Order: sequence, then C-alpha cells, then structure tokens
Amino acid sequence: MFGNHAGFIFAAYGIAILVIAALFVWIVVDGRSQRRQLADLESRGVRRRSERSADGGTA
Amino acid sequence: MRLIDYANPTRFLGLSATLLPWLAAVTAITFAVGLYMVFFVAPADYQQGETVKIMYIHVPFAWLSMFCYMTMAASAFGTLVWRHPLADVSAKCAAPIGAAFTFLALATGSLWGKPMWGTWWVWDARLTSVLVLFIMYLGLIALQETIEDPARAAKASAILTLVGVVNIPIIKFSVDWWNTLHQPSSVFRMGGSTIATSMLVPLLVMAVAFTLLFLVFHLMAMRNEILRRRIRAMRMIEAAGAE
Repeated sequence: MFGNHAGFIFAAYGIAILVIAALFVWIVVDGRSQRRQLADLESRGVRRRSERSADGGTA
Repeated sequence: MRLIDYANPTRFLGLSATLLPWLAAVTAITFAVGLYMVFFVAPADYQQGETVKIMYIHVPFAWLSMFCYMTMAASAFGTLVWRHPLADVSAKCAAPIGAAFTFLALATGSLWGKPMWGTWWVWDARLTSVLVLFIMYLGLIALQETIEDPARAAKASAILTLVGVVNIPIIKFSVDWWNTLHQPSSVFRMGGSTIATSMLVPLLVMAVAFTLLFLVFHLMAMRNEILRRRIRAMRMIEAAGAE
C-alpha cells in the first residue's frame, strides 16, 4: 500500500507521534507537579500577597 | 471588558480552563479528518509515489517552527514594551514546543530527503537556516533556565528572541535567494499554489490540526508556568516569614 519507501513513511509518522506524545506527557506531568506543590503550600497556610490583601490580610 | 483585561494571569487561568477542553476536542476532530484524507483520499504523487505522505506532516512542522518563533517574538515585544507578565510566560512556554516542531521538521525532512534526493542531509540554505533556528530555540531555553530571576531572564531572552527574528525571512526566502536542493515554495507563493487541490486540501487540514495542537500545548504550558511563578512567590513569602 505504501510502496517501496514504506519504512521512511512509517519512521516519519512514528517519530512525530513519539515526540508529540513526549511533549504532551511532559506538560501534563509538569502541571500535576505544580498543582501538587501549590496545594501543599496552601495547606500550610502560605498565601500570595494579592490573596492576603483581598481578604484584609488575615491569612 | 477589554481584550487586554483577559491578559490578567488569574483571569487567563479561568478562561483557559474553560477553553482547553473545547480546543482539544476540535483539535482531535481536525486530526481525524486530516489523517483520513491523507491515508484514504489523497492520491500518490506521480513522481514521488506514496512518499509524498511525509509532506502532510513535514510541511506543517516547518510552518509551525516559524509560527512558534513569531509567537515568541510578538510575546518578546510585549515583554520589552509593556512589561506584561503573561507576555513573558507566553514566550517562555512557546520555546520548547517550537524546538520540538523544528526538530520534527528536520527529522521528517531528512526521512523524506533520503528516498527522494538520495541523501539524509545537505548543507543548503534552507536546511542550514532551519538548523540555525533549532539551535536558537535551544539557546533561548538554556538562557531562560540559566537566569534564576524571571524578570531578568525575561528581558535577556526577549532581546535575544527579537534579534533572532532576522532568521525567519532567511528561512522563508532561502529557496529563492540561493540555489538549494530543497524545492521552492509551492503553497504560499506569488501566482498561487502549484499543488493539486486533492493534495492541497489534506495538507491545509493537517496544518490547521497542528496549529490547534500548538495552541492546546501552549495554553497548557502557560497555565503550568503561571502556577510555577505563584509557587516561587509563595515560597519567598514563606521564607521571609520564617526569618
């Protein structure tokens, strides 16, 4: 179906899928890591300046 | 509400959270349509045979390698002129995605070149200028990671990004200015496209799909970077409180 150069076609699509999948996994894992660290800081009562000023600096 | 108001990081997080699932769904549908057209509708080329299927990913990767860089350049301009925090977030997050697309443009081009030209690589103006673009992406990523203070890193990388814009017209017009093994432009050119409609339509659908994929990845990465900067600020507040 893909002629004499099927290996080149599969290799091109294969490397594209591999790199894009790796990029996606990296972004998702990074996002989870950031959300986990943020939740950890918030659970310890650490607040940003803007949040503290918004609630009257009670935190 | 003005458009600039959406550039507030908190508002951006809310808006992007709403937008991302829809954008991801449209991207998946566009890819499904594009890949169906590539593998079941588009004809084989009369000279290249089925090897032309590599074109449907190579050309969008090449376009996006330049599109990503222009996104970074526009963001760098926003960083230097308006000092907008989201502009730097945008520039920083586009760099790894641009590097990945540029690498894929080079790799798929090489895999297309070997059976068609008889060589994996040649130091002609188009290939070399795209390789320079890839190295520039790596340099910008390294620069952003080397300077710890985000404000200083933003300024330095914005200046370097804008200097590097000179490479984009060189890439685009390299096939016209010099004799290259790489073929001249065949889609966006004076006098119209030279590609048959049966191949042009799947190519454009795939280009739209990859552009949407870039937008999805870019929005996701920008959300991560905003959280990373919030975490940094909160850690500094925590450290200051502990002293």
